Amino acid sequence: MEQVIKTVFPIVVLFAGATVAFGAVMGVVAYTVLAERKVLGWLQGRIGPNRVGPWGVLQPFADLFKFIFKEDIAPDKSTKFVYYLAPIVAVTAALIPMVVYPFGPPIISVDWSFLPFGLGEGISRLPLVLAQIDVGVLFVLGVTSVGVYGIALAGWSSNSKYSLMGGLRSSAQMISYELAMGASVLGVVMLSGSLNLSDIICAQIYSPYKWFIIPQFIGFLVFLISAFAETNRVPFDLPEAETELVAGFHTEYSALKFALFFMAEYVNMFTVSVMCVTLFLGGWYVPGLSHIFQFGTIPYALISVGAFFLKIFLFLFLYIWIRGTLPRFRFDQLMSFGWKFLLPVAIANVILTIVAIWAWNVMGWSQAVPCSN
Amino acid sequence: MEPNLATYLGLSGILFTIGAVGVIYKRNAIGMFMCIELMLNAVNLTFVAFARYYGDVTGQLFVFMVMAVAACEAAIGLGIFISFFRNKISVDVDDASILKN
Amino acid sequence: MFAGLAIACSISMVYHKNPLYSAISLVGVFISLACIYVTLAAPFIAAVQVLVYAGAIMVLVVFVIMLLNLDEDKPLTNLRYLYAVGAVLGMTLLAQTFFIFYAVTKTPNTPVENSTAGLTLNIGKSMYTEYLLPVEIVGILLLMAIVGAVIMSRRLSQPQIELVKAKEDFEAYQERHDY
Repeated sequence: MEQVIKTVFPIVVLFAGATVAFGAVMGVVAYTVLAERKVLGWLQGRIGPNRVGPWGVLQPFADLFKFIFKEDIAPDKSTKFVYYLAPIVAVTAALIPMVVYPFGPPIISVDWSFLPFGLGEGISRLPLVLAQIDVGVLFVLGVTSVGVYGIALAGWSSNSKYSLMGGLRSSAQMISYELAMGASVLGVVMLSGSLNLSDIICAQIYSPYKWFIIPQFIGFLVFLISAFAETNRVPFDLPEAETELVAGFHTEYSALKFALFFMAEYVNMFTVSVMCVTLFLGGWYVPGLSHIFQFGTIPYALISVGAFFLKIFLFLFLYIWIRGTLPRFRFDQLMSFGWKFLLPVAIANVILTIVAIWAWNVMGWSQAVPCSN
Repeated sequence: MEPNLATYLGLSGILFTIGAVGVIYKRNAIGMFMCIELMLNAVNLTFVAFARYYGDVTGQLFVFMVMAVAACEAAIGLGIFISFFRNKISVDVDDASILKN
Repeated sequence: MFAGLAIACSISMVYHKNPLYSAISLVGVFISLACIYVTLAAPFIAAVQVLVYAGAIMVLVVFVIMLLNLDEDKPLTNLRYLYAVGAVLGMTLLAQTFFIFYAVTKTPNTPVENSTAGLTLNIGKSMYTEYLLPVEIVGILLLMAIVGAVIMSRRLSQPQIELVKAKEDFEAYQERHDY
């Protein structure tokens, strides 16, 4: 009996952690939708949704119930299997990177020996991340790039010309901007010497400038712009371009399948915000906090998690702000911008970083970073 | 069953066979291209399996090389398909038997 | 489990006549192979597999399939003997596979303990020291592929376009005068 509990316990803990992380992400996503409508309303001199609950705070739930109870329509000439598969692919690929988000610092001060059956034995630290993957950055880039199949297949299987145009545009756009995105991350990876997201945060803490946005400002801008393109947000929302393509790839989708696409878009926004914060803004790290609370205590962790989410909200607000401000690119402008401007700038940044690191090593200014999460 | 080296090699062999048979049966240039990719992947699998069982980095490195070559192949191949399609409105390899336009 | 998935996906890839279905199945094969790589302690290769194969190459293939709006694969007409060739080749390869399967049971059957070969650090190290020349060659190959692809998919060179335009203008001019 005790043996069974001991084997089951880590799995239970993992599931509980996954549930908490999932709930947090979903909550943020739901309220991003509301915040988007509110902020857009304010930007345009309107009030925004204010009917459901006080100041409209229950609007996301109302939307959800509406989506669930709407009639599920599939076009007569559509390819049914692919048509149903596409939103599932989109939302799955959007949610999987969640396992490597570093939500906060490890908690090491708590003594777990109060747990029954000796379960607390050997647990010295509680990491606030679901999985420490050695190649975290590549993992996130790879899995999010699988999400484009959702859009492309949705466009193809709907058997409608607007959808097909949207799907085509989306796959071309994703391939183009993924290169710039990967190249812009390279600078950070070289500075930190690791692909593990927790190690990257650790390297930022020990580096003299604390946040990689300072030495990698060009990389940050390129990453931000290509992140907008990767998530199909204004000014790069060519795949849905409602003035040209009705609604682009999800023209023929309704009810819950449309809700899945909608959710995938906002989860992707969240993912790239997490990546931005982790790679360039120090993740959960608040400079100077270790003078007030000791590293590894619960208040330190709580404040760090709060700072992490605050930084993410900053980026989400930026998304909404830009949506309310900028017009849409034309498609040829989008392509030439990505290939002829963004990619060369990203590569130049990589070369600059290489030269800088080399110079630092020659001058003997670099120091070893004690990072082994 | 605990997988051992033979399991991985067997899987790789089966995948390679499917790819090889597919290349012969498909008349569609893109289909053939995908079968070739499958064969390359089968070879990659043997590389990684050997790298694991001999504790050597070389195998994984050559998987990396194979991937780079596959990417080149994809770029060139798809370029050819598109220019061929512009001329013939088809990507059937049977239609590519004429040397002049 | 992933092996079964990979085999099923690859069979469905060859079986389906519609190229887009084949492409989706191939993506399934790639992803299950990536999972197998993770179990083989090669996380870097797995990530690159998903990133390069599933994320870039197959997206390009899907893009081209959608762009060209391909129809179903035709059955063989004048090359019927290829069926026989395929069957023979398949049988031979399968036999070879089973031969390998039995031959290999005598070689090392336990993985090396605590293998560090899959770590990004080690791959990078040997890539830029021991195997520098292959890496350089692959880099040049990629560059050649980029240039080649750009040249290949260009429609017409500029002088040709001007010639065509001049001809069209001339014909239009003639038509107007006939009228």
